[in-house]
Amino acid sequence: MSASNLRNTVEERALAVLRPVVIGLLLLVALVPFYYMVVLSFRPLDSLVQDPGRMWVGLSEIDPATYADVLRSVDAGGQGFASFIRNSLLVAGGTVVLSLLVAVPGAYAVSRLDFFGRRQVSALFLTVYFFPSILLAVPLFVFYTRIGLRGSLVGLLLVYLAQVAAVTIYMLRNYFDTIPVSLEEAAAIDGCSRLQVLRRISLPLALPAVASNALFVFMIAWNEFLFALLFLVEDRDSWTVSLGLSQLAGSIEVPTTTLMAGSVILTLPIVVLFFLAERFLVGGLTAGAEKG
Amino acid sequence: MSTSTDVTRPPRRRTPSTRARQDARTGLALISPTLVVVVVVVVLPILWTVSLAFQEVRLLDLRTAGVVGDYTLENFRDVLTSDGFLTALLTTLFYAVGGTGLAILVGLVAALALRRPFRGRGLVRAALLLPYVAPVVAAAFVWTTALNPQYGVVNAWGTGALGWEDPIAFLSSRSDEVSLLGLRLEVPTALLTVIAFEAWRSFPFAFLFLTARLEAVPDTYEEAARIDGATPTQRFRHIVLPQLGPTIAVLCVLRFIWTFNNFDDIYLLTGGGAGTEVVAVRVFTYLTARSDIGAAAAQALVLAAILAVLVTTYLKLFGRREERA
Repeated sequence: MSASNLRNTVEERALAVLRPVVIGLLLLVALVPFYYMVVLSFRPLDSLVQDPGRMWVGLSEIDPATYADVLRSVDAGGQGFASFIRNSLLVAGGTVVLSLLVAVPGAYAVSRLDFFGRRQVSALFLTVYFFPSILLAVPLFVFYTRIGLRGSLVGLLLVYLAQVAAVTIYMLRNYFDTIPVSLEEAAAIDGCSRLQVLRRISLPLALPAVASNALFVFMIAWNEFLFALLFLVEDRDSWTVSLGLSQLAGSIEVPTTTLMAGSVILTLPIVVLFFLAERFLVGGLTAGAEKG
Repeated sequence: MSTSTDVTRPPRRRTPSTRARQDARTGLALISPTLVVVVVVVVLPILWTVSLAFQEVRLLDLRTAGVVGDYTLENFRDVLTSDGFLTALLTTLFYAVGGTGLAILVGLVAALALRRPFRGRGLVRAALLLPYVAPVVAAAFVWTTALNPQYGVVNAWGTGALGWEDPIAFLSSRSDEVSLLGLRLEVPTALLTVIAFEAWRSFPFAFLFLTARLEAVPDTYEEAARIDGATPTQRFRHIVLPQLGPTIAVLCVLRFIWTFNNFDDIYLLTGGGAGTEVVAVRVFTYLTARSDIGAAAAQALVLAAILAVLVTTYLKLFGRREERA
């Protein structure tokens, strides 16, 4: 008894010390790379080369010129990130709008309406979600080359739409499932058609889920790399921010500090969106986690 | 589409009501836009991959190649016997197992450490999710810079404060000798580095899932065990861990699928060099640099087939047991 008591005390003391240490370490591991990114984006290049181990930037040497340089157009001697941002916004925003237009009615149908093949359709969407994108890359690359859509933002948008449609339907369906049917039935008795029910009752109720889904889709499209690389790499004017950064990272001419400014520009919108919508998103990310 | 009816629902009436028929029609109408997009952009291309894998196609003669062509097994024979494919497959496997295991382990530690509420826990949780939500291109660029032998912070500190003899080329060295307790070991430096990156990026995913599951574990069992004199480690081993079992199993499958097919991380970090060429990167090289579409398709198919076999085996072996538990 006393031996186990002793063990209990020892373990509890050890854990009381370990817990904050572990939390601190995890925070360091998760955050230091981002801190490093911001610090380097403000440090002058020669100071970085002379003293690579320094993890802070002196107030006097803060140099926002990297940001100006990375954003300026190529004609003006910069790296053209402003136009990459425009492209990324077009693609990500377009994906959000299209996916909501297409997927909200679809999710409602899967959740509420008993149509022929409903279960198979759900299963298909789930399979698509887990489908390796590298396997899709081969035929899409070939197909788009053939019909001449490769290099166009519209083509990329279609691919993103297909990739997120399945996730969107899956997430929204779970939410529609939680809305009581009785509300809709009441509206139906009052003479609403299905579409009116969807527009006037279900959609307003599902708005939080729709909003968080929109953010989620935006993040996926903004971060995407493989298809942007496959479709857009040949034409610098249509590069997205992700693609632009990855392409310039390989060249020796662009200073690392300038590209760090580019990395901050690429990361910041996502971090801001994430903290704005963290509560919703976490629910969305684990949708399905609690099912087992 | 099969004609199977839903067994859980009561048998359908002989003449469905007008409303039910209307609903069925509306449902089809509402789902069809998504269905069309998914079929055109995902399903048909995949079928086409299968067809391409059995043909000799290069990007140049793409305009003439159709669905009907000369079918041959040559691509598969070439791919399976080519130099490096087997190595790439083994690398992929090692990468996927290492990345999955490490990510889940760190995620579990994080979930347990943050289990008890404290001030600012919400903020800490959100901060730990950053590696997962941040764009992979930016994350990879920061890592390559930090690990750079000339101007990276890791080597600056390593050679300075930690007393390393030489900077370590984390991302371009195939293998290094490490002496550990007098033993000299050959370690695949670059491969371990990309595994560490993968674990860093995806531990938040495991952390999220496990946190959600932990919150659903009732306190009563642990309370009872504590009163019976079980120490914290015993309570974890015999009460908490078994409850997390099914979630960990699901995580293993999900993370394994995604890591096994991962292209972005390795392409961005090493470009597939220094012993880190996984099959996904190889498919990309065949597709773009070599424009050998048939071989690319064949390798992608082999990758998918192996993945399917592994996941099915896993589910057969462990899925049953989890159900019983």
